[in-house]
Amino acid sequence: MNSLAKLLEAALFASPRPIATDELAALDPEASPAAVQSALDELREHYDVDGHAVELVDVGGGWQILTRPEYTEAIERAQLAIRPTRLSGAALETLAIIAYRQPIGRAEIGEIRGVDVGAVLKGLHERGLIDVVGRSEALGRPLLYGTTSRFLEQFALRHLGELPRVDELAIALRAAEMPVAAAVAASAPTSP
Amino acid sequence: MGPDVTAPRSADAPESTFVVDFSGFNGPLDLLLSLIRDDQLDIYDIPVARICDQFLVRMRQLQLNEAAEYLEMASRLIRIKAQMLLPRKDGAEAWDDPRAELVRRLLEYQQVREVVDVLERLGEDRRNRFGRSYLAQPAAPPPAPLALSLADLLVAVDRVLRAARRPTMHDVVPRALDVDGTMDTVRAILRLRAHARWRDIVRDEAEPWEVLSALLALLELAKRTEVHLTQPRPFADVEIRRELAGEAA
Repeated sequence: MNSLAKLLEAALFASPRPIATDELAALDPEASPAAVQSALDELREHYDVDGHAVELVDVGGGWQILTRPEYTEAIERAQLAIRPTRLSGAALETLAIIAYRQPIGRAEIGEIRGVDVGAVLKGLHERGLIDVVGRSEALGRPLLYGTTSRFLEQFALRHLGELPRVDELAIALRAAEMPVAAAVAASAPTSP
Repeated sequence: MGPDVTAPRSADAPESTFVVDFSGFNGPLDLLLSLIRDDQLDIYDIPVARICDQFLVRMRQLQLNEAAEYLEMASRLIRIKAQMLLPRKDGAEAWDDPRAELVRRLLEYQQVREVVDVLERLGEDRRNRFGRSYLAQPAAPPPAPLALSLADLLVAVDRVLRAARRPTMHDVVPRALDVDGTMDTVRAILRLRAHARWRDIVRDEAEPWEVLSALLALLELAKRTEVHLTQPRPFADVEIRRELAGEAA
């Protein structure tokens, strides 16, 4: 490995959160973006080819060193680390709606799900998966919610554009007034 | 909510009005969709009467009779069922299918379920990989240890002192001399006895201001002819006598 790849490895090892590519580039002012990218590729290849128990993953708008799934059970059995609890069906439904229709208010989510989502929103907010992104112009100026970078990280998404597009889903959402695919595409490239 | 919900319940019914949904369904749309799927019905042509009955049966089975959202859906289904029974006008083209809104919502919800499946798969995949400190949020790094020289400390102290508001100091200046007071003392002594000496008026450990006060007081009294001062020889004790004339005056 070249020295830049080693520097990136050290930074990724030390950091408890994913590091964006430009943050990594700041570690060495001399390094060109291309050099950083090739160093990252080299590091990833190093883990993959030389048979390491960890891998380099591009997730949630940044890079992170993660253990490979085959070791998860042993690690959890030894109580060295614990997997985050699974989200309930209600939470996942709410999250799915917010991911595709953000910014969206509580009433509209509730209308799609057919149930009130107040408690679920609170839980998702506490887990840092959604955040208030604004207020609607509608009566009462209700809060509008959007997904966070934590959401991307927890679902190993680089950006929202990696979610299946609406026209790829088996059944197309009511197409008309809300071009969901466009909304997703528009919010996709924004980094957290 | 209808009166059934708030009406007193029989003894075997749960006492609380708090509804916990253990049904495994994420709401009325989920239940409805599962009924449609179980019977492999065409979502665009739902036999409303049949689905409505099944929905009510499942609600009872799952003890969802009190959940407002299920009740709302039940009433909606019953309404659609009734509308379906109304005779249609001639020309089927113009007919507004009363199921249209329900179908739209079901399709929309079905799509949400589809995304949920994707999220579930992605989330499970990510759950099975540990990052460093993924669960435990890192504490803020501790502050760096202080590295200060004595000079730094003094500069800091100086800065604090300069910043501090200067306290107002009151200088209490004692009256330099108490001539009037001593005059009163001399008068008091001479009222008791006909004559006194310097030592009777000024005690041995007297402060300079007391000595000076006594001297000035005696001179003042002499000037006012209240007393008569005599000194037999230089540096001898001064004799102080009552001056009868002065007293009379």
